[in-house]
Amino acid sequence: MIPIEITVNGRRYRETVPARLLLSDFIRHTLGLTGTHVGCEHGVCGCCTIILDGTSIRSCLFLAVQADGSELRTVEGLAGGGELTALQRAFRERHALQCGFCTPGILMAAVDFLGRHPEPSREQVVGLLSGHLCRCTGYEPIVEAILDAAGER
Amino acid sequence: MKPAPFRYERPETLEEALGLLAEHGEEAKVLAGGQSLVPLLSMRFARPAVLVDVNRLPGLDGIAAENGHVRAGTLARQSAFGEAPPVLERVPLATEAVPHIGHFATRNRGTVGGSIAHADARAELPLALVALGGSAVLASRRGRREVAADDLFVTHFTSALEPDELLVETLWPAAGPGWGCAFEELALRAGDYALGMTACVLHIEEARIAVARVAVGAVTDRPTVIPEAGELLAGEAVDATLAREAGRAAARAVDPVDSLHASAAYQRHLTGLLVERAVLRAWEAAL
Repeated sequence: MIPIEITVNGRRYRETVPARLLLSDFIRHTLGLTGTHVGCEHGVCGCCTIILDGTSIRSCLFLAVQADGSELRTVEGLAGGGELTALQRAFRERHALQCGFCTPGILMAAVDFLGRHPEPSREQVVGLLSGHLCRCTGYEPIVEAILDAAGER
Repeated sequence: MKPAPFRYERPETLEEALGLLAEHGEEAKVLAGGQSLVPLLSMRFARPAVLVDVNRLPGLDGIAAENGHVRAGTLARQSAFGEAPPVLERVPLATEAVPHIGHFATRNRGTVGGSIAHADARAELPLALVALGGSAVLASRRGRREVAADDLFVTHFTSALEPDELLVETLWPAAGPGWGCAFEELALRAGDYALGMTACVLHIEEARIAVARVAVGAVTDRPTVIPEAGELLAGEAVDATLAREAGRAAARAVDPVDSLHASAAYQRHLTGLLVERAVLRAWEAAL
């Protein structure tokens, strides 16, 4: 067991974890932050995407011990004070989700993506979404929502 | 928990990391970006006794141009590498190859050195390094050695790295005037493993090809230079017919095996087509 200290959405946590615990399972099971979803657990589906020290990563491809000393942002950290972000509002307005399973991962990837590509082309957004599986929407509303959010920035 | 138990080591210096590898040898596995290794751990295909996390080793993520090549520290992340100014300016082949690797978030984490050391015959960076005639620097307690990419990749997931060695940097030959390159890949979905891939590097002097390197991956057991295609192109000016002939030469040279997604015949056809396209584009880029 290894002691780690991690800040998640501005709150500091001190926990002791086995070395083999995945960060995705740490977030969900140890911290109880179940907004981060787990699908394929080998990096393909994109559900577990979170932001680690400012960069989006797959939390299922990362060990909790590796995150010692890091700052994490999960989907729970987006809507400060209960007010939706422009990106979240765009998802609601464009019906960019139905069951919502893939949504947290897409939102977190999109936050990082829009930070680095403030005026993305449609093709770039489609490229981003290649890393996120959605069974409900057919992707088009998600593309529109991300482009809308980019336009509002 | 998904992975089998292991001892976790997070060395703070290169010396310490090399000491751990010297001590544990084949019992140890190096954790860099983890985008291939962590799934292997979770599925328990890999069960190392010791995991050596090299992510906090200092000074191993630099990307800099010097003496005719670009030097990339082993921990340079793939996304940073593809967009780094020295790479954009001097190694356009790598910039073309990087977007084919996995996905946005996995490229953020995956490292250049990890991809090279993993030696997946379907991976983009090993193919680009072979096509460019680059090399890798391997360090151990015994010292350092530079290994040419052609000698580095042995077969599927097998490289010339010894168990006590750490890949510390890769050297990417820089393109200058008269050089052109192209990377072509087909995967069923963006980010999936490729069914076929090729990289072509040409150097043109007086409107004729002086140097031609055509390399293919995914259909071979390691990234492989196709000398037949290079010889066919040498001394010539590229047109549609010659590009098609180079593609046919590459298709004849490979010996793919049937897979779930594509027959051997299809992979052979695809390889020819990708080489044809890459040769045409590399020629246009070099002019």
